[in-house]
Amino acid sequence: MPNYSPPDKTDAKGVWIFGDGTPADYPVRKSSSKLISRKRRKALMPWLFISPYLILFGLFTAFPLGFSIFLSFQEWNPVSGLSGMKFVGFENYISAYDDPWLWKSLYNTVWLAVASGVPQHLIAIPIAYLLVMALKSGLRHIYTATMFIPFITSTIAVSLIFYSIYSTQSGILNQWLLLAADAPLIGWMFAWVHDVMPLRWLGSSSLIKPAIAFVVVWKYTGFNIVIYSAGFLTVSKELYDAAKVDGCNGWQQFWHVALPMIRPFVFFALTLTIIGNLQLFEEPYVLTAGNSGGVSQSGLTASYYLYLVGWEWLEMGAAAAISWMLFLFIAIVTSLHFYFNGRKGLEGNR
Amino acid sequence: MAKTATSAFKKSSNWVVQAILIFGVLVTIFPFVWVALMGTHSRSDIFSSPPPFYVGDRLMENYAKLLEIMPFWTVLGNSLFVSVLGTLGAVLFCSMCAYGFFAFDFRGKNIIFGIMVASMMVPPVLTLIPFFLTVKFLGILDTHFALWFPGVANAFGIFLIRQYMVTSITRDLLDAAKVDGASELRIYWSVVLPLIKPALATLAIVMFIGLWNNFLAPLIVISSPDKYVLTLALRSVQSLANSPWGAVMLGTFLSMVPLLLAFVFFSKQMMAGLTAGAVKG
Repeated sequence: MPNYSPPDKTDAKGVWIFGDGTPADYPVRKSSSKLISRKRRKALMPWLFISPYLILFGLFTAFPLGFSIFLSFQEWNPVSGLSGMKFVGFENYISAYDDPWLWKSLYNTVWLAVASGVPQHLIAIPIAYLLVMALKSGLRHIYTATMFIPFITSTIAVSLIFYSIYSTQSGILNQWLLLAADAPLIGWMFAWVHDVMPLRWLGSSSLIKPAIAFVVVWKYTGFNIVIYSAGFLTVSKELYDAAKVDGCNGWQQFWHVALPMIRPFVFFALTLTIIGNLQLFEEPYVLTAGNSGGVSQSGLTASYYLYLVGWEWLEMGAAAAISWMLFLFIAIVTSLHFYFNGRKGLEGNR
Repeated sequence: MAKTATSAFKKSSNWVVQAILIFGVLVTIFPFVWVALMGTHSRSDIFSSPPPFYVGDRLMENYAKLLEIMPFWTVLGNSLFVSVLGTLGAVLFCSMCAYGFFAFDFRGKNIIFGIMVASMMVPPVLTLIPFFLTVKFLGILDTHFALWFPGVANAFGIFLIRQYMVTSITRDLLDAAKVDGASELRIYWSVVLPLIKPALATLAIVMFIGLWNNFLAPLIVISSPDKYVLTLALRSVQSLANSPWGAVMLGTFLSMVPLLLAFVFFSKQMMAGLTAGAVKG
């Protein structure tokens, strides 16, 4: 029986043959180059499909990352063009190490990451639990959706609103504090207000970090509530029933049944918070009005400092060195988090 | 599901729960109400005592002032342009790349996919300077192209869509289409794309919100005021001497309106999309 399947290759004389060396039984109409190109085209097909990623990744991530390592050993003002680059060895790293602003900004970053990270979860977990336990799904959706709104609005818009709320000269926050201090029933709780007014929320080194942290908490708590609600919804009713039969009260059900079940969600939400909070930029940038990190750099975060060095002071080489140090810092913190919480978090009790 | 637990809450503590939740909602929406109100007041009203908790009558005045301090509609158009192009591009190119990773076996596939997933972990701060330099080398500084184009084939989108393909498209379907003589491009376009619409919608939502709210990239790329996007323009009028807060707050409020409106209608999809990684994780 003649073999009509397409031949695999040509032999030395250019005759079409199959893989085992038998010549093709029929004349091959297509020119050999066309057949080869079809085969090659087939092999190229997947590369064609993923080429957009390969090109953009190479262009905007891989090459630049390599270049930024190179750049961190140079002194370079981008205005001077490529020829203005000067090799300085480890000098950028050494001067970054000796730079008090960098250490201050790292301290602020950690301070803000903790002060704006921990409350998010301490608020979101119980609220999500209440939403799941006490409400029907329709009403629950209205509550979660409302609390989610800050997450979809731009950080710049939100920070601008809070910038005016925090305003020292009769911003609404200070006005409310004054009103509360003069109110008949609750006045005694706010008696301290008159002594400290006017409170310079964004203009004093002790208040600016809490002020920034509050905006971050306000913006991201809703996001965590949605994640934790989804987590609590995965806990089956039978588990609560079994716990109740064993004599667990409401608190114990929350602490010993629900909480361990949502560990994977906690782990994931914490990871996002850690990575995000260590790169905080827009909130402090707007709340300090872009003014070198505010009073005595109390609102200067590491990303903010990176921006100042690179784009305001035009020292790209130094900025590249700082960005690698910041990366190292984030990597260390994240891997510590993975090391201590990862196994428990990922395994969960699902 | 939580019926029995509900009864425990119902009796004594239900009103406490409701009070907590309503307090949470009030804290959440207060800034939005306040910004809308401030947009209708003059600067001196906003900072008067007691605070003006009612709709003011300076809306048109603020609007005129807003157009004075920034070309508001041009800037809004810029934001829209960047966000729409970036979203359409991402839907097209991410699904294309995802199909490449999903439908073919080729040498190096796992390595490339692994690198791609790992690249999602790289904090944007690290790529900020390299990104700026590439943009500079390519001569696209101060263009909108540099804002929407670099992200059209991003790792997150490709990963998201590939995962969706794995769960929703069978090998048999692809083989059947191939037996029918469809080319790969045709299979991707006419067979696969219609089947992954939900994932495309999720990606579109995430991309649009991200691009609309993006600040860092415009900040380092865009320098001419007529090319500003909303976030950049609003931030630039913050530090004006004697800044007209009524106008700035009106602009801030208007800049949030499109997403807020979309959220009213598509809250479920937007919440699902933005927490996609977490909830399924």
